[in-house]
Amino acid sequence: MGDHHHGPATGVTRWLFTTNHKDIGTMYLWFSFAMFLLGGFFAMVIRAELFQPGMQLVEPAFFNQMTTLHGLVMVFGAIMPSFVGLANWLIPMMIGAPDMALPRMNNWSFWILPPAFLMLASTLFMEGGAPAFGWTFYAPLSTTYAPPSVTFFIFAIHILGVSSIMGSINIIATVMNMRAPGMTYMKMPMFVWTWLITAFLLVAVMPVLAGAVTMMLMDIHFGTSFFSAAGGGDPVLFQHIFWFFGHPEVYIIILPAFGVVSQIIPAFSRKPLFGYASMVYATASIAFLSFVVWAHHMYTVGMPVAGELFFMYATMLIAVPTGVKVFNWISTMWRGSLSFETPMLFSIGFLVLFTLGGFTGLMLSIAPADFQYHDTYFVVAHFHYVMVAGAVFSMTAAIYYWLPKWCGRMYSESMGKIHFWISFIGFNITFFPQHFVGLAGMPRRIPDYALQFADFNMMSSIGAFIYGASQLLFLYNVIATIVSGERVSDEKVWDGAEGLEWTVPTPAPYHTFEEPPLVSKPAGTF
Amino acid sequence: MGRIFSGVLLALFASFTAAQNQVNMSPGVTEIGADIFELHMLIMWICVVIGVAVFAVMFYSIYAHRKSRGHEASQFHESTKVEIAWTVVPFLILIGMAVPATSTLLEVYDNDEAELDVLITGHQWKWKYEYLDETGENISFFSNLTTPQEEIYNTEAKGDHYLLEVDEPLVIPTNTKVRFLITANDVIHSWWVPELAVKRDAIPGFINEAWTRVPQEGIYRGQCTELCGAYHGFMPVVVHAVSPEEFQAWQAAKRGAAQAESQLAMQTLSADELMAQGKAVYETSCGACHGAQGEGGIGNAIAGSSVVMGDLSQHMAIVAKGVAGTAMQAFDAQLNEVELAAVLTYQRNAFGNNTGDIVQPGDVTGMSNG
Repeated sequence: MGDHHHGPATGVTRWLFTTNHKDIGTMYLWFSFAMFLLGGFFAMVIRAELFQPGMQLVEPAFFNQMTTLHGLVMVFGAIMPSFVGLANWLIPMMIGAPDMALPRMNNWSFWILPPAFLMLASTLFMEGGAPAFGWTFYAPLSTTYAPPSVTFFIFAIHILGVSSIMGSINIIATVMNMRAPGMTYMKMPMFVWTWLITAFLLVAVMPVLAGAVTMMLMDIHFGTSFFSAAGGGDPVLFQHIFWFFGHPEVYIIILPAFGVVSQIIPAFSRKPLFGYASMVYATASIAFLSFVVWAHHMYTVGMPVAGELFFMYATMLIAVPTGVKVFNWISTMWRGSLSFETPMLFSIGFLVLFTLGGFTGLMLSIAPADFQYHDTYFVVAHFHYVMVAGAVFSMTAAIYYWLPKWCGRMYSESMGKIHFWISFIGFNITFFPQHFVGLAGMPRRIPDYALQFADFNMMSSIGAFIYGASQLLFLYNVIATIVSGERVSDEKVWDGAEGLEWTVPTPAPYHTFEEPPLVSKPAGTF
Repeated sequence: MGRIFSGVLLALFASFTAAQNQVNMSPGVTEIGADIFELHMLIMWICVVIGVAVFAVMFYSIYAHRKSRGHEASQFHESTKVEIAWTVVPFLILIGMAVPATSTLLEVYDNDEAELDVLITGHQWKWKYEYLDETGENISFFSNLTTPQEEIYNTEAKGDHYLLEVDEPLVIPTNTKVRFLITANDVIHSWWVPELAVKRDAIPGFINEAWTRVPQEGIYRGQCTELCGAYHGFMPVVVHAVSPEEFQAWQAAKRGAAQAESQLAMQTLSADELMAQGKAVYETSCGACHGAQGEGGIGNAIAGSSVVMGDLSQHMAIVAKGVAGTAMQAFDAQLNEVELAAVLTYQRNAFGNNTGDIVQPGDVTGMSNG
């Protein structure tokens, strides 16, 4: 029994009352993994129904509940909280701070999440079923024509928004105020930079989402007509508000993923990140542009041609800073001394597949061509290349990269590599054929399809089962590492790793940097 | 594991050898479709070339600069010149893409000087077509999915046009600029025919415009592309493009049929006639929600329903005017008097509801606008 100021409390209260950034980060990560499995299970139901033409397993109405919950759970339950968890663990250790700036709020922003998702999942058992209007919940399908459970959905979204805003304020306050002496902004690791920018995006757009769902609530229960033309409102207004949130949202998801990859590629190239300053500026440009491109999700709603042109040009521009990032990562690898441990494999997988998703994004930005792509499986393929091969691959890389630091044990490298290859192949078998069926004319969000789409859909389903199964291998590998992995005690687990988090003992003690370190070197240099 | 693996191989093999697996966008039959297709191919090839170049560099580095080959890391980490180059060059490429994209977009938006106007209204889950006529004699009808439930639920073999077949297609003349005025009755739908390269959202309370000029006769199939509820996957679009002469003849026949129907509405029909037509109407208009056997589903059960077996005027009001705030639509806009009378008769006598009530078209006159 040591001094209780230096170790965690015991029992369940440790987790309920903790204000420690590492404990809270751990809870965020486990919670998001549980949500990843739940959302994945919904995806398996979708792919099983689409395995063959005809209705086999579920009814069309239930199918729509599955696609809706899959999207909501993956975006708000799996990807976003996982990066918040990573931020909790890493930002204080990367900037030499003892903890987050607002530790009690940190506890609260995590603990309101599980009830929100419990409430969202419970709608499956309610009369009328769970929300079935897609994760984009366009009015009036989500208002006048929604099942009664929509009210619970609105409440859940509000709670998630509150959680995200609190988490972001905490990150902004921490990064601005708690950097170690000598750590100027332009010396911060890229992961900290990308999260700082992401946090500003979140604070800017989560209230907009809250506004949208509040207007829905008013339309449903209090007789207003924000989104109903019959009362003088406009259903398209909903889409403008939703995508004003929704487009920055996709950068909220992908920017921290960029940050992770910008840490890992230099480490396994044994070479500093190429173009650090331009990476910072590119990230900021992407964030800025994300506010002025939202209507590219709405090319077919009948906007005036001037509007279409503006949003098309603005969207195309995003290719420039995104290209800069890809070129910088490849230049970082160029003439390095490369090795291919699991985190590096997932980062290269990210680089290749995210770039593919970027290319289809550029194709989708071309408004006249989008008239043919819009709301088809081509779009589904595009955003899974950026969301799964982008965000999820990067998150997986992060877990493999920092897990030995966190728990002082090494994961099984061979199992990690097998996990990578099965994921990579399974992912591509799932989503690559979706480009084809989309171009050939298969709309998204349909439970049954015409016969000419049958072969590729079967292929897609088989790939999805493979990809899904590979995540169980990941879970096993992580648990086996924590329980019985080979011990590592080197402060720098990886010989090429750079940054303050690698200067503390391994495993990272419960409290780090109670005395701030002095930083003199620029970020990422040797 | 072995079986899954061979399944994957089989699927891969089947997919890439079978000729009917379309892997690319269709250039379609219209001029705009061809322009959009060219634009799509242009952008795709630019992406392919850039992708091959970028990944070639990366894979060369992965091959040549590996630690296991003893490659020592250089420590260079910035070059302003290079950064400027790879900012400016992509920007110029983007301008090259924006030029043809802009001109194609302007073409798509040129809705002027149409020779024929068709009002398209999305309903859950069918399309209504109305040909706007200067004399006020509009032709209007609903276009319902005809794929039987047995095919959807796998008890019968699926036909060639599974899920892409309707009872009455939209008929348009070839070589004529047809303007579509697109709106919706309930939720947002989207009207899409890939081969005509027309996709426009149908938004309740607003009217969107789109147009086409089809150079060749043929049948073109598409689907609703905006999630619109449970049966979103079951509201296809079928367009018949016919020669202008055939189109004239078709219009005349439709007008004649509409007259004959309005005369039929004056007559008294037999119980058998009403039941037979009522069954057909029930299957296209009611069955999806209320169940093929009246057992209910999204909607309430018809079998044993107190509404159906109770007061006729209340039953009629619900069928004709719908129930606000629910998926129950106002069918007076969709069915004519004969159909309404038939389906009311059918509901009151089928599924063991044996009320013995016969509803005649004359009874519902005034309720219907259809």
